[in-house]
Formats: sequence, C-alpha cells, structure tokens
Amino acid sequence: MEPELIKKINTLADNKTNISVSKVNEQELTTLNLGPIHPATHGIFQNVLKMNGETIVECEQTVGYIHRAFEKIAEHRPFYQVTPLTDRLNYCSSPINNVGWHLAVEKLIKAEIPKRVDYMRIIVMELARVADHLVCNSIVAADMGALTGFTYVFQWREKIYDIYEEICGARLTTNIGRIGGFERDFNPTVHKKIKDFLRDFPKVYKEFMSLVERNRIFMDRSVGVGGISAERALNYGFTGPNLRATGVDYDVRVMDPYCSYQDFDFIVPVGTGGDVYDRFMVRHQEILESIKMIKQAHDNLPEGKHYAEVPEFYLPPKEDVYTKMEALIWHFKIVMGETDVPVGELYSAVEGGNGELGFYLVSDGGRAAYRLHFRRPCFIYYQAYPEIICGGMISDAVMTMSSLNVIAGELDA
Amino acid sequence: MGLTTETVLTKVGEFLGDGLISSNESFGMLAINVVASRNFELIEFLKSDPILKMTFLTDLTGTHYPDKPGAEFEVVYHMHNLVDNYRLRIKCALPVTNPEIRSVVPLFSAANFMERETYDFFGIIFTGHPNLKRILNVDEMDYFPMRKEYPLEDGTRTDKEDKYFGR
Amino acid sequence: MTEVKSDIKIVKEPEGIKGEGYFLTSLDKVMNLARSNSIWPLPFATSCCGIEFMAVMASNYDLARFGSEKLSFSPRQADLLMVMGTIAKKMGPVLKQTYIQMAEPRWVIAVGACASSGGIFDTYSVLQGIDKVIPVDVYVPGCPPRPEQILDGFMKIQDIVRNEKLRRRSMPEYKELLNSYGIE
Repeated sequence: MEPELIKKINTLADNKTNISVSKVNEQELTTLNLGPIHPATHGIFQNVLKMNGETIVECEQTVGYIHRAFEKIAEHRPFYQVTPLTDRLNYCSSPINNVGWHLAVEKLIKAEIPKRVDYMRIIVMELARVADHLVCNSIVAADMGALTGFTYVFQWREKIYDIYEEICGARLTTNIGRIGGFERDFNPTVHKKIKDFLRDFPKVYKEFMSLVERNRIFMDRSVGVGGISAERALNYGFTGPNLRATGVDYDVRVMDPYCSYQDFDFIVPVGTGGDVYDRFMVRHQEILESIKMIKQAHDNLPEGKHYAEVPEFYLPPKEDVYTKMEALIWHFKIVMGETDVPVGELYSAVEGGNGELGFYLVSDGGRAAYRLHFRRPCFIYYQAYPEIICGGMISDAVMTMSSLNVIAGELDA
Repeated sequence: MGLTTETVLTKVGEFLGDGLISSNESFGMLAINVVASRNFELIEFLKSDPILKMTFLTDLTGTHYPDKPGAEFEVVYHMHNLVDNYRLRIKCALPVTNPEIRSVVPLFSAANFMERETYDFFGIIFTGHPNLKRILNVDEMDYFPMRKEYPLEDGTRTDKEDKYFGR
Repeated sequence: MTEVKSDIKIVKEPEGIKGEGYFLTSLDKVMNLARSNSIWPLPFATSCCGIEFMAVMASNYDLARFGSEKLSFSPRQADLLMVMGTIAKKMGPVLKQTYIQMAEPRWVIAVGACASSGGIFDTYSVLQGIDKVIPVDVYVPGCPPRPEQILDGFMKIQDIVRNEKLRRRSMPEYKELLNSYGIE
C-alpha cells in the first residue's frame, strides 16, 4: 500500500478521537464504487471511495454523466429559445432559472419592467423555491428511512404543479414567462389556487415537520454530521442554503435586490455548524419565509400590464398580429431574428434553490448569444464533498450527499 | 459607504503598473483587462488586501474569439467582495498557440472544477493545477468542443437528416 | 359458485377449464399473469424525467398499485429497466452494463424524449436515443411526460408481458436482436 496513504490514515486516526479509526499496518483498504446509479446519490455522479473498514479515507469524484452541452446550444439559439434550456438546469425549481435568464436579457436590453410583473415573478419564484426545498428535505428524511414524509409532501408538490399548469401549461419544465413579462395575466383560477394553497399547505407541512424536527433518530443521524466551517465554505464558493447553514448570511435577494425583492419583508435564516441538521432547518425556515412572501405578493399585487414595452423581444398578441400591420411586422422580425440586439457583456445573478445562479452573457449583436456561461451553484459546491466526508463513515457520506441537494442537471449542464 | 470604482482602479493600477491593459464599466460592473502572466498575483492581492477584501471567487470561465489574432482565448474571473458588495470582472487574453495561464487553485479551492471545465471546453492549460483532465466530456475526446470552429451536432449520427432541420 | 360482490378490482383470470379444486390452462398464460402484475422496475433516473417518476411513485399517481411496490436498484433483481432522462455518451457504457446484468426475462422502457431519441439535445455529447445501445420495448414521448403518460407506457409493458410467448427468449430471432447490439 502506498506510504502516503498509510500516513494519511494514521493522521486521521490521531485527530479523530470520537470515531475509531484504527491505525493501518498491513490492513488493506476497500474500494467502493458509489455510483453512477445508486439509490443514495440523487442524480448520476460517481464517487470512488477508499475505505478503512467503514471510515472513508479518500474520495475521487467523476461528473459529466449527463453533460448536455447547454452552453454550446445557447450559442445557436435566439434568446427566447434559451429559456427551455434554463428549465433543465435545476429542474426541481425551473421557474427560478427562467426568471433569472429573463432578468439577464432585460438587463442587456435595459428594459423597464412594471411592478405587476415583478410581483407575479416573485410569486412564481417563491413557489419554485418551496418545491425545491420540499424535495430536498423529504429526500433527506426518506434516506434515513422516514418514507411517510415523502408521500405527504409530494402530494402538496402536485398542488404547486397545478398552479404552474394554470399559469403556463407545464408541470415541471415550465418555460414560464417571456422576455419582458408574462404571456398572459393570471386568470381567476390561479388566484383561487394560490389562496387555497396558502391556506392549506402550512398545516400539512407542520405535520411533516413534527415527524422529524425533534425526532431522536433524525437528530442523532444529522447533528454533527457532514459539517463544514464558514471559511472553508467561502473558499469553496458555497452559496445558498449550504452556505447559510455555516453562518454566513449571503443571499442574492438581499445583497443585490432584483425584481422588487426590496419591497418584501423576510428574514434570511442562518445556521451555525454547517451540518446536515442545520441545512435541513435552514431549508425548512426558508420554506416558511417563502410562504410569507407569496402571501405578501399575492395580497398586494399591483394593477398594471403583465408585460413590459419591449416590442423587439415580446411577441404582440395574436389578435393584433392578424389585424394590425405593425404587430405583424414585429412578429415577423422577432421570429426571423431581424431585431437589433445590443452589444455588451454582463453578469446577472439570482438566488436559485441551491445558491447564486449566475448568467455571464456576451452579446455581439447577433441573433444568438456569442457566449453564455451559467454559473451553476451545484457544480461549485460539489467540489467540497471529499473534504467533508473524509474521516467519516459511509452512512454519513450518504446523508451528506442528500442534504447538499446536488441536482445532476445543474452539475453538468 | 463602500468600495467605489475609483478606489479599486487606483489600487489595482498601483499594484499592476502596466500589467493593467484597460478597464471599462458596463451594466454596473467594472471589468479590467490584465496581462495573463500576472493573474495569480493580482487575485492574491485582491484577496488579501484589507480594503479590497475580495474573498469570494464567483466564477471562472473562458471565451473564444477567433477573430482576435494573438488573443483568441480570454479567461474571465468574477470576484466578489461580500462585505461591501462589490463585484469585479478580470479578463486575461491568451494566444491559441500557447494557451497557458497559472492556476488559482492554491488561493481558491472553488477554482478546481471550474478550471477543469475551461480546459475541457477550450484547451486552456492551467499550470499548477493538481488534476487537470477532462471533467464533463468523455475522456477519449480529442478536440475541445466549445471552440467556435466545431459544430454543435455530432456529425456521425444517422437518424437525423440535415435537410429536415434546415442545415 | 357464489359471486363475491365487492368493488375491489382483481385481475381477470385467463381462459381455462375450471372444476372442483382444479383450473386447467396453458403454462404461459399463468406465468404471464403472474409476471405482468408484479413487475419490479429499476429506475434508471438521470434527469428531469426522474422527478416526474418520483411524482409517479408518490401517492397521487401511485405506481405500486400496478404491482411495482418494490423498486429494485440492483439489476440482478429487476425485471424492467426504466430509463428516464438524457443518456450522455459517457453514460452509454454504464447503461449497457446495467442491461447486461439483468436476468431474462427483461424489458426496457424509454421514458421521455431524451431517452427515446435524444430529445432537444442534438449535441455532440448526448446519445441520440438509448436504442443505439440496448433494445427497447416501449417508448414514452414527452418532455417530461405527464405521470399519466408514464403509467400508460407501463401498462403497455404489462400488455407485452401478458402476451409474450414462453419460448421467446431462446428463439434465434431474439438472439440475433441481441447480437446486433453486441450483447451475447
């Protein structure tokens, strides 16, 4: 066995006093291949673990099993055709990605967005955040064996899907909104569904949380497991709930408010130890804050138009296209790609379900972007996984993986 | 009260001298063009300086400009000062004949995967990187797909006829 | 014989001759009846279609009432390989390995546009359909398909299983099909 590996194990044995890592003399290390398809990894990535008994010594990661070349595709598609691509980044909360992309384009074209559009976007984005955190938290509980919570919670995700369907027609990969606003205003059914959701969801959610929040098995398996310090987290480029669980209160919605978030009253929950329990509780509190925000947005929805005045990017209504000449010409120009696109490069970020989702857009005036790069939070914080799990046990590695909420679509793009 | 563009430009200009080629501010963010050989020192300076305090590396990527001979590749760093909320974009140009630049992994562990991705897509070599190999594409791939001269589609596919797709 | 009156639907019995304490029918009808109502799937969920599959598994669209209560993550114990999501070229060999490890009789369902034909990702890194590496029985289009569509595809697999000939897997045409994919 390699001498550096032996030295590493023996240093681990010296440092970790509460986990029994026995010093290695002639013992062989076991190699375990965790992935690419494995019930514990939610998404396809491979971790080759070298273990000394049940303690992990080394971890080698392989990603890219679902690389779909989004950035190259985006160089061949006009701006409005990139929205379905952004859907498939973090597919548990696709409206946030859609709105983030539209905000990036609207920054480029310097569009003035009406307040009503902002509030509608906030309702849709916070619903997506609730959906994303519900998946993550229920899977963390399900990985420990608490399958009941999963079935309760997914029934309520169906209600969120119902609301999306009423707004845009699709459940999961929503392609919601357009550059400049929304394609149609919220109809009365949407308002009714949102009101019903806000009235009924908190009670059911409280039932789910009461199963796990102060449950002894849950806490034993998650407190002190998979922790990372704030300095290491910042060095690794963590953002989102994983960073807030370590104690740093960085939230893009507060730091660079976009889309009228400054009008809303919400707190940013912060943890202390950065372990699995803290991440779970930060996501739980964020769900409650999102519900508060949806209520505020829905109650105070301003009057106005549901789209901005950007005739070069926003398709005119069909009645106008069939009757008015100017609308017909605009429709033709937008679809055939003969509108003027400004030149420039910009970076625009939104707070996605997992952290700062950034769009670095370089435009050369052509129909498609010259270069579009997605700053994907999952890709960046997944690098910290070996450092977090080495020295721990394999079952803790499984819990850490599900609490980090690594979504394969966002990892590989 | 926070960082202003003048402060940042003055301090960076003092540190780099003529390593700072140009700068411009657009869409609310300052972007500076820097000589590629001084990227490590600049980022170390930005991270450790008590006024600039840019302790967060937001993003690291590359772009290919085939119509700029001698400076075809551009490595783009996005840094962020979390305390004063100031973002900065640093751009370093590299020629396609020798696309080598020093890796910033010793300063920011976040750069590990991001530099591997840039290498995988463009072929930019990051000297000093602990494990520079392909990350997203198959290991046996012999070209760098994001360069502008390569097409999006796989030329060997048999079930899609180009004439139906307008190609 | 008295009729049992209840509103619980049970599977129809196959044609055969009934008597006092015996039931005479052909072997493949009985085996297919048992197999089609207890398919154990292997959810090979890679991307967005995987989340729709999680919705199918949950209480609203419940896959368990079709007999798939136990999801097997080991290919050796699974009957049906449900490929849900985009398969990149890097993942192709892994998929083939998983298929080879499954024991006969085995079926494959390609859920979603990406698994059927590459979907919207006509790029250098995506396999344009999993039928380039393994033989597929049912394709479910959609991006992602609604849970009802996935259940419809699952019911078509049940039809295929119910009507399958007993000796299909040992016939030369089947061996030729597998050989065309390079699988022995």
